[in-house]
Amino acid sequence: MFEFVTEIAKGMATTLKHMFMPPVTIQYPEQKRPTRSRFKGRHELKRYDNGLERCIGCALCAAACPADAIFVEASENKDEQRFSPGERYASTYEINMLRCIFCGFCEDACPTQAIVLERNYELSFTDRAAAIYTKEMLIVDVPINGQATPQIVPAGQFNRSIPEMENPK
Amino acid sequence: MTSGQIALRALIVGLIIVFTVITGFAYTTLYERKVLARLQHRVGPNRAGYIPMPRKGQAERRLLGGFMQPAADAVKLFMKEDITPTHVDWRIYTLAPMLAVFPAIMSLAVIPWAGHTTDPITIFGYEFQYLAIAPGLNVAALFITAITSIEVYGIVLAGWASNSKYAILGGIRSTAQMVSYELSLGLSLLVPVMIAGSLDLNEIVRAQAGQWFIFLQPVAGIIFFIGVLAELQRSPFDLLEAEQELSSGYNVEYAGMRFAMFFMAEYMNMIIFSAIWITLFWGGYRGPFTDQVPMLGPLYLILKIMASLFLMIWVRASLPRLRYDQLMTFGWKTLLPISVLNLVVTGSFIVLAEHWSEFIQLFGLG
Repeated sequence: MFEFVTEIAKGMATTLKHMFMPPVTIQYPEQKRPTRSRFKGRHELKRYDNGLERCIGCALCAAACPADAIFVEASENKDEQRFSPGERYASTYEINMLRCIFCGFCEDACPTQAIVLERNYELSFTDRAAAIYTKEMLIVDVPINGQATPQIVPAGQFNRSIPEMENPK
Repeated sequence: MTSGQIALRALIVGLIIVFTVITGFAYTTLYERKVLARLQHRVGPNRAGYIPMPRKGQAERRLLGGFMQPAADAVKLFMKEDITPTHVDWRIYTLAPMLAVFPAIMSLAVIPWAGHTTDPITIFGYEFQYLAIAPGLNVAALFITAITSIEVYGIVLAGWASNSKYAILGGIRSTAQMVSYELSLGLSLLVPVMIAGSLDLNEIVRAQAGQWFIFLQPVAGIIFFIGVLAELQRSPFDLLEAEQELSSGYNVEYAGMRFAMFFMAEYMNMIIFSAIWITLFWGGYRGPFTDQVPMLGPLYLILKIMASLFLMIWVRASLPRLRYDQLMTFGWKTLLPISVLNLVVTGSFIVLAEHWSEFIQLFGLG
């Protein structure tokens, strides 16, 4: 009989004690929790230090994608209008974020480490067309010492798809 | 004083008190959400309406976060589409939310807000026996039990008119629960009535001048509070809106402002039952210096109501919902015998105290 009275009193005391503990809430838009080191967020297309794009338009990422979310269209590089080292570059690069499952297979498939799943997870959009991320949205800014693409380069300097400045691992 | 003057005075006092309580209802929702959040390590609503306080070198400090939340909720509910499902009995369906709110407001009439231990009080040159919408109702306690029994109609008719399984189950549960707990509620309400010797709530408050009845009659006070929780359908007796079983019970077919009216009834009942509990057991409007400054009465009553609401929210945060058979067993086999016993013992002692000399003579003890 009196057992449940003491049990209720104990429970009430516990909740009251918790009232004086600081709240664990993170005020999201103002405060953000850092992501984990292996977090897979939105993709980014990387550049070399001189500003050339790493992506060579090989479409291996599109082939590896289980959700068929990536569309790549390649075009020829010219020395007077060079986007990336080697013969070809991605003239169109689109990821449909409605299809992407963030598995990271594209990252594994990429021979030049051009596509990397980075930390951005704020991917809300209000219509279906906005779900398609184009190359302009995905590519990172030009590094400080680099030049924007397309670059005018001396003939024969960037003939290899994986150039000298990046030792293939 | 003519009857017209009495009616006008009642109207003015009534409007002030009803509007106070309606505003209080809005802020009770915020109060509940905030306190419940703090009890659960959360912050609660803090976005709608804050006072920005800029600080040097840091992000601005936000004061009073969330104080416009009730207004935002009201606007949202008014904007919502008022859906009437095709399968409902629309007359009763429309009437039910009003039937839920109306007794809640009606039982406000007899609660005394301010008064003096012996004399009438004077406010703005007018003499009041005590401050209430309907002062001097000598069957106020009876009126309250009558009105609070009507409250079940709003809920059970909403459940019936909705023509929905969940709604009718919620309605049936609430009827059974209210009938079961009304008994112990009424019996423990009789205890302060017997001690004070009056059904007039102000007389009950005046009788508590020396000592609050909760200290004289802790058992009756606690049983009354448990009965109030059951009557209000609040946790741990919130079976009629058990989300897991009934999705939300009697109000499942309601939307928009009609849905809000059920919430209004629920929260206004919280305030009013708190006020009744306080009036019967916690000295009502009485506090330090109320005899010198009678207008401190409403302040004390509001403070006590807030404390009582805190207790209700605290109970909600702590206790899990009872099973249906546990509810019935507890109501009929535990609370009712205790309250009957308490009533009989209290009554015997009162009679014994009144007729002490005759008693001694009768048994030849003198």
